[in-house]
Amino acid sequence: MQFRDLLHETYAALTANKTRTTLTVLGIVIGIASVIIMLSIGQGAQNSIQSSINSLGSNVLTVTPGGGGNQPGGVSSGSGSGKSLTLDDAEAIEQKVPLIDKVAPESSGRFQVVAGSKNTNTTVTGTVPAYKDIKALEMEIGVFITDAQARNFGKVAVLGPTVRDDLFGNNSNPVGKKVKINSNTYTVTGVTKSKGGSGFSNPDDMVIVPLSTAMQYLSGGDSVSGITVTTLRTEDLEAVEEGISDLLLDRHNIKDLDPDLADFNILNLADISSAASSITSIFTLLLGSVAGISLLVGGIGIMNMMLTTVRERTREIGLRKAIGAERSDISNQFLLESVIITSIGGIIGIVLGIGVSLLVTLSGVLTTSVSFFSVALAFGVSALIGVGFGYYPAKKASKLNPIEALRYE
Amino acid sequence: MIKLSNIKKDYVTDGVVTSVLHGISFEIKEGEFVAIMGPSGSGKSTIMNILGLLDIPTSGTYTLDGKDVSTLSDDEQARIRAQKIGFVFQSFNLLPRTTVLRNVMMPLIYNKKNRLSNKEREDKTKQALNSAGFPEDRWENLSNHLSGGQIQRVAIARALVNDPVLILADEPTGNLDSKTSDIVLKTLQDLNQKEGRTIILITHEHDIAAYAQRTIFIRDGLIAEK
Repeated sequence: MQFRDLLHETYAALTANKTRTTLTVLGIVIGIASVIIMLSIGQGAQNSIQSSINSLGSNVLTVTPGGGGNQPGGVSSGSGSGKSLTLDDAEAIEQKVPLIDKVAPESSGRFQVVAGSKNTNTTVTGTVPAYKDIKALEMEIGVFITDAQARNFGKVAVLGPTVRDDLFGNNSNPVGKKVKINSNTYTVTGVTKSKGGSGFSNPDDMVIVPLSTAMQYLSGGDSVSGITVTTLRTEDLEAVEEGISDLLLDRHNIKDLDPDLADFNILNLADISSAASSITSIFTLLLGSVAGISLLVGGIGIMNMMLTTVRERTREIGLRKAIGAERSDISNQFLLESVIITSIGGIIGIVLGIGVSLLVTLSGVLTTSVSFFSVALAFGVSALIGVGFGYYPAKKASKLNPIEALRYE
Repeated sequence: MIKLSNIKKDYVTDGVVTSVLHGISFEIKEGEFVAIMGPSGSGKSTIMNILGLLDIPTSGTYTLDGKDVSTLSDDEQARIRAQKIGFVFQSFNLLPRTTVLRNVMMPLIYNKKNRLSNKEREDKTKQALNSAGFPEDRWENLSNHLSGGQIQRVAIARALVNDPVLILADEPTGNLDSKTSDIVLKTLQDLNQKEGRTIILITHEHDIAAYAQRTIFIRDGLIAEK
């Protein structure tokens, strides 16, 4: 049997029962498309989580007071609530720990912010100019706080876009206007660009004031609520984390320099990021296995169709064998039928899968990411299904005895 | 050209051996039109299966066209069927929803020894349809839109298309009325007389066997005297 004959016979067989062929193709289309869609959503979710973590700044370590809940006789007051970190600690870190790029101590709390007749409850963060670089903030209007203001109790404030919208109206320009925080009046010098962020401390819903001002008029005392440290290189994060830990253990006179007793916490964003990515890869795996099951169901659909076909066409197979078809002629024909069904289903499924992924992106819910890997996987699996699930019915058909097959009713 | 020597055939079902043929020997020469006759259960279908290389004998030798074909594998049998034997079945067995031309052409696609171009195939197919007396204006018709007599002529054309050395017709008129039976049998007779085809006709009816030049009677797995 020549290949063109094989193709012709296969075409004739597949078009003889169009409904069944279409339904089987549909099974494969759904299987393949769902693999691609689910993996692209999983990958998209991973990217989105990764980028929102990255938006918090890269190569960042955050030192917060508190922790060391195991201090004998002590009462754990929760992370960030203690008074154990001081401005001196921040200066010591900047001067003594090597490989550091920037250090930004901050003192923040929630306050009522008033502008004229409007007011809002938001986070007020006192910090230094380095904060802008560390958090990768950009200005929409005006300027960020300056070094001089940070040191000399400047009564200036930089608003997040959400706060600006709440107090002065959407997209207005509040530069030069006054806001009142805790009975002190501050002049607005700028508005940060929206980062569209959410989660942890949302930089859009925040008022930034000079550190000295915040410590003097808002929190009181010389403790800070956190110190953010960046390194130039990601590889240095661990060394810097260790350096800060050793320095602070020593400065705070922790017994035996035992890190378990530390009265501060160091949060490494790389740790969070790797935890998040391991969560999202489990998520992707979950979606992938659901999709894999639907692919398997599609494959069993093919086998079912092929087995029914073999039964229905028993007499035809008997006839073909009687007039001289060899076993391989018969099995090749049935195998090619299932390979063609899976190929058509596979191609439509890939197009549909990529299309739906793009639609999801366009709908704005999530930016999906179709990877070459998922397409290759889906295609490989569909090819495997075509051959694998087609092989058994094809083998079965080829072994039919022509005498019995011709007598089959 | 065809020689059966002491052919025996046993079937084993659930450990029980049933002997169907007890030693059949006969010869058929090239160009003969022979009827093999017997009541049902006589073993004539088994002889037909062995002659058509659809089955192998338990013992004995079968020589076809000068070659011993008694012990061949599945695929070897298939190859010889494709080259040397044309079948006409009682139940026609045309491919449904397929044109007359495509049905007749089908044996050609399985003939590996003699690969033909599309043109050659078409010529052979048309020639076979003409020999079988099938009207030319229906060549493109679908097989399920034909009458019983037309269907059997398509089947005969299909049996001819490979230029077989032997045409085996197994109760070719079993599903036809007497008038179309006559037409089909005359067609076979014509093929024998005008083209010198060797034809073996299997039947259980005397008046059908009468169309052949010679009749071999089978009874209880043996050749019976008239």
